Amino acid sequence: MHPFQYLAPTTVKEVVSTLSRYGDRARCLAGGTDVLVQLRGGRFEIDALVDVKGVPELMELRLGADGLHLGAAVPCYRVYESPRVAKAYPGIVDSASIIGGIQIQSRASIGGNLCNASPSADSICSLIVHDAVARIAGPRGNREVEVAGFCVGPGKNVLRKGEFLVSIFVPKPAARFGAAYKRFIPRNEMDIAVAGAGASVTLNAKGKIVAARIALAAVGPTPIVASRAAASLLDREPTPEAFARAGDIAALETHPIDDMRGTADYRVELSRVLTRRTLAVAAERAKGAK
Amino acid sequence: MTTQPKKARVSTTVNGQPVDVLVAPYQSLLEMLREVLGLTGTKEGCNDGNCGACTVSLDGRIVDSCLVLGAEADGKRVDTIEGMARPEGLHPLQQAFLEEAALQCGICTPGFLVAARALLEREPHPSEERIRLWLAGNLCRCTGYDKIVGAVRKAAALDGAGNGRAAG
Repeated sequence: MHPFQYLAPTTVKEVVSTLSRYGDRARCLAGGTDVLVQLRGGRFEIDALVDVKGVPELMELRLGADGLHLGAAVPCYRVYESPRVAKAYPGIVDSASIIGGIQIQSRASIGGNLCNASPSADSICSLIVHDAVARIAGPRGNREVEVAGFCVGPGKNVLRKGEFLVSIFVPKPAARFGAAYKRFIPRNEMDIAVAGAGASVTLNAKGKIVAARIALAAVGPTPIVASRAAASLLDREPTPEAFARAGDIAALETHPIDDMRGTADYRVELSRVLTRRTLAVAAERAKGAK
Repeated sequence: MTTQPKKARVSTTVNGQPVDVLVAPYQSLLEMLREVLGLTGTKEGCNDGNCGACTVSLDGRIVDSCLVLGAEADGKRVDTIEGMARPEGLHPLQQAFLEEAALQCGICTPGFLVAARALLEREPHPSEERIRLWLAGNLCRCTGYDKIVGAVRKAAALDGAGNGRAAG
């Protein structure tokens, strides 16, 4: 491994100036569960690793009146061990509690999972179906990008030179909103998704679906937003038939590849099934939500 | 950059003892423990966060020490397998692993013990399902896990296991 410096700035401004100075010769360190493995594997070479966990904004986990403010370096366990957050965002807990095992969850952050931009990331689909927003700081100030548009290719995101992810904002869910995420892996734990599906539905007072979002993992170069499948649910009752139809449409919106974890055909089929099942859980949660 | 980066000074507490060391900024906590401090009880398995053999406790949370930089331990508390037994005897988990034959080659054992201790400190009487879920980040290629889970259940049944006190 190429030797690098360890830098631990304590303000957003310092992080930006450090990243601007080093350019692509620096990376941010949050939980390290991806970046240290990639450095050791020689995927890229850097001169500085910038530990962002000393910056208060990146470690903030706050449930405000407007929604959830999730610092980019907050480790997964803090999400599911916070009773208030877990109750308000069970769909995000679905993801936070399946990324790696307990050791990984002590370190790995949802912000890091997003920046790593893996097509199989377990948290990005959950964020998308919650209409989450990435809050970015950079040399030209702050900007916001919808999580749905944050990833631009395998391992590639919208961050420009000197920019980094400060936090993720998850708006407060509407009344009768429910969300869920499921993935398929051949083991029970500790594996990378062959395919995954996140879904959210919002019901009106009569129990009809008035809004729906579906996002699919590991079936394309980035997480896929299955907007036609979601649109098929509008003004419908949350029935198994409606969800099966949405699953059929979602399967058509994928463009997976064959790899060591599964064939493209298998992933299409998984998308169909996971979409249906995830929608069913999301709808149950929506019925239970105030 | 051709020059070797400056070493980082790390002031930490390892198994209750204050420790001041210099580490290369790219050295992992695992390397710091094994190569700088000579604490070789923590094992290197995969060195990429899959196997859990290098599990240690960092400020009370279990982590894979291969995926932490030594420099990150500055100001933190590290607890390793070396701090588990007491002068008066083994930790109840260690005793149970011996009695239940929960190890064969032994490479994964320190990681399992440190992880299991963290579970019992939080949840003194976990279900079998909970034990298996908690230990999913620790791989063992010898035992087939049943004996490990059995040993954790046995230790959990002993009063005080979660407090780190020795049995008997």
